[in-house]
Amino acid sequence: MRSLPQAGEEIPRLEKEPIGKLQLLHYAGASGDDNLIHVDVETARAAALPGVIAHGMLSMGFLGQLLTDWAGAGAVRSIAVRFSRMVRLGDRLGCRGVVREVREEAGGALIRLLVYAENQEGQRVTEGDAEVFLRD
Amino acid sequence: MIDRSLIGRRSELELHEVERGAIRRFAAAIGDETPLHRQGEIAPPTFPTTLRGEIPGLELDKKRILHAGEEYRYRRPLRAGDVLRVVRRVEDVYEKRGSLGPMTFIVLAAEGRDPSGEIVYESRTTIIYRQEAEV
Repeated sequence: MRSLPQAGEEIPRLEKEPIGKLQLLHYAGASGDDNLIHVDVETARAAALPGVIAHGMLSMGFLGQLLTDWAGAGAVRSIAVRFSRMVRLGDRLGCRGVVREVREEAGGALIRLLVYAENQEGQRVTEGDAEVFLRD
Repeated sequence: MIDRSLIGRRSELELHEVERGAIRRFAAAIGDETPLHRQGEIAPPTFPTTLRGEIPGLELDKKRILHAGEEYRYRRPLRAGDVLRVVRRVEDVYEKRGSLGPMTFIVLAAEGRDPSGEIVYESRTTIIYRQEAEV
């Protein structure tokens, strides 16, 4: 049986590689989000964007990975984020999670966390809350 | 016209099969190395974004959409072979004044049930629908 985390504890960080064109192309295909602002610079500029921007959902996917790397596949009960800042091509995101609350339940514990992804300048791009269930 | 008259509009009932290959491709695109994800057994937490559908009467110009927020709640994880009955709806439409003028927010909700009718997941998507770009 593992020991439970404490409120205020940070879970292991996830440092992602810089987001490249190929990742955006693969994510567009795998997710079904075919909005061209994520892969085509002309379309992005026509939409008054500075250039190609990453799917917000890709950064949320990174936060999902942060949680399952720590708690295991299938452990996430909820995740809710807001996309507060655009993620650009080439950005390198770091994902962080901080335990907010630990509630023991039958068979394990429900852990509430604050999660966020920040870019290489330390700006939070995507942030929110999550719940994971840790089994005994 | 995007306004509050859209609130309550619903999609048809959609049937989605959670495919092993789709889970694998999704995990690979994120760069998620979790073996159960990479083997396509269990779907990563944001996988429901791949289960796409439409709401009749809600037609949006993609270039005007900014994704503002996303939420998923699970009763259990999604697994390869699951067949989900998904219905989506317009939950809210409201205006907010931003630095670039008025912005329209649209909240779309969805729920996926198993064949016996039990809820498996719920999702909520908030988008900002920008004004027509100045030409």
